[in-house]
Amino acid sequence: MSEQQNNAELLKITDLKTHFFTHKGVVPAVDGVTLEIPKRQIVGVVGESGCGKSVTAMSILQLISRPGRIVSGSIRLDGKELVGAGIDEIRELRGNKISVIFQEPMTSLNPVYTVGRQVSEAITTHQQVSKQEAKQRVIDIFKAVGIPEAEKRFKAYPHQLSGGLRQRVMIGMAMVCRPQLLIADEPTTALDVTIEAQILHLMKQLESDFGTSIMLITHNLGVVAEVCDYVYVMYAGKIMEQANIFDLFDHTGHPYTKGLLQSIPKPMAEKQRLYNIKGMVPNLLRLPKGCRFCPRCEFAMQECHEHEPELYDAGNQHLVRCFLYKNGGEPA
Amino acid sequence: MTQAVLEKNGEVQAVKGDLLEVDHVVKEFKVAAGFRKSAAVVHAVSDVSFTIKEGETLAMVGESGCGKSTMGRLILKLLEPTEGAIRFEGQDLDKLTGEAMRHIRKKMQIIFQDPYASLNPRMTVFQIIAEPLVTHNMFATKQETEDRVRELLKIVGIRPEFINRYPHQFSGGQRQRIGIARALALNPKLVVCDEPVSALDVSIQAQILNLLHDLQKDMKLTYLFISHDLGVVRYISDRVCVMFLGKLCEIGNTEDIFKNPIHPYTKFLLAAVPKPDPHLRRENKSLLIGEMPSPVNPPGGCRFHTRCPYMTERCSSEEPQMRELQGRMVACHNAENLRIQ
Repeated sequence: MSEQQNNAELLKITDLKTHFFTHKGVVPAVDGVTLEIPKRQIVGVVGESGCGKSVTAMSILQLISRPGRIVSGSIRLDGKELVGAGIDEIRELRGNKISVIFQEPMTSLNPVYTVGRQVSEAITTHQQVSKQEAKQRVIDIFKAVGIPEAEKRFKAYPHQLSGGLRQRVMIGMAMVCRPQLLIADEPTTALDVTIEAQILHLMKQLESDFGTSIMLITHNLGVVAEVCDYVYVMYAGKIMEQANIFDLFDHTGHPYTKGLLQSIPKPMAEKQRLYNIKGMVPNLLRLPKGCRFCPRCEFAMQECHEHEPELYDAGNQHLVRCFLYKNGGEPA
Repeated sequence: MTQAVLEKNGEVQAVKGDLLEVDHVVKEFKVAAGFRKSAAVVHAVSDVSFTIKEGETLAMVGESGCGKSTMGRLILKLLEPTEGAIRFEGQDLDKLTGEAMRHIRKKMQIIFQDPYASLNPRMTVFQIIAEPLVTHNMFATKQETEDRVRELLKIVGIRPEFINRYPHQFSGGQRQRIGIARALALNPKLVVCDEPVSALDVSIQAQILNLLHDLQKDMKLTYLFISHDLGVVRYISDRVCVMFLGKLCEIGNTEDIFKNPIHPYTKFLLAAVPKPDPHLRRENKSLLIGEMPSPVNPPGGCRFHTRCPYMTERCSSEEPQMRELQGRMVACHNAENLRIQ
């Protein structure tokens, strides 16, 4: 993918805090996230369960419901502030300028309507078009996302389609209004590898054909390596590292990212023990003092237990939230 | 390193050291096809033969619906084969009943995929792990049982003080450890691991894989490792068998298969795995087109022929048999001629 030099960002999230006010206490699921998605790029957000990656996405769409709430921060789409915007304004954006595809293609479609009708609805909600025209556009998008026999499938119910086809329908529904931003939340996790490869290929095509920016949320570093241009690594509600895809893999900065990469079984490795990050993800109700990762970190220093590190610049738009990078590019 | 030996008549014979022998096993399920339609038959496993040697890890890979989990359940006699035989230590499981079967069951255990669904939420860790011990009357007193449970908890890396806790008080990785402790309680010989790490995060996955690896060494376990994650399979297994729609495509040593897959399906399957290295990105990746055919109406001839780009006329009419090629077994008519990348 060529370097896009028009650095125009489409989405800019600044210091977003989304907290959940439970009876046990405040859960800071997203705790000060700053993230940018430039035009025509695929940006990955990686992390393990509970790191806040999905909550970040839901915050963009203003889909956080009680007891959760966006506490502070700003989310701008093309310069327009979404935090605090009225419900009508948000509805105008959802499915139109921002679309989302979820992990479970089985449960995201309504079983009692045909897929054609459900996808048409996405068009008729936002645009004044005739039923006939809507149908034609649905069939066109079905063809574009690689659904065979698109005319016939228009009348199919979700249960008549395989998992891969349902996910294509979901992508079709998300793309039918030509959104500027597609949020894909674990889009291939429930699919088999050969189907996953097809869907990832399709997403790359969408980015190049339609110019859609994609925010790809996943726990799979293989998927990230396959399609993303730039990556954010999240841990316990914070961004730990952000870098372009090659820097992330070639010059991995944060000990957490290193641990994640080393935990993946390597093909060539002898039957040696796999590296594993000791311990487990902290309970967000009882976050450790200082760096959130320090109880599990091999390199933890005195400083890490006392103060929370900022995102330090390691050069080339590569930021690392680790005191090892306090003095710029090279780890201390 | 001995392979299943191909005898003159083409039958797979048990070699010395085989713990388990699966011999031309067929499993069909009858399902109601709908209103006023006659029942349909799902061909879940169709004529599958392989052996598992003592102490090895045989991985079974394939996509959803290929019959790999059914195969695991057939081996544990949780399902009975429609045709064919499964022999454990030379004894035909189908012919065993009562006490003899109970005795064999002790030697075969299973670890399930979902650590949230496979532990009873109303039982304590002690009750969960002690259940197999009690069922098989392993110990005379409760104290002995408890000692054994504590020992098992220590083996799988859970603090024995947690013996009276409930499953919801543990994380996913810890629960999977409890499931493993339960499977090990009776000192089994064969453990069927049915997607044991698929539900876990990558850092926890590594912990569990290391544990399974250590346990195998310490307790001389034999694993049948069912998984769709090929990275994990390459790490943990000695041999792999690849299934497609109820049939075996290829079976052989893990490294041989990963370095040089022969069956076209194996090739596509391996190529499809996203590699955690952006430099290995390929713009024109060879993608397998189409969807999995239905196991109710599997295609005639080779079951893969409808999706295979190397298909010839013979593939649609004649079913390929497993045959030996380059030190492994492959079911493909054109295996010798496939030098296309």
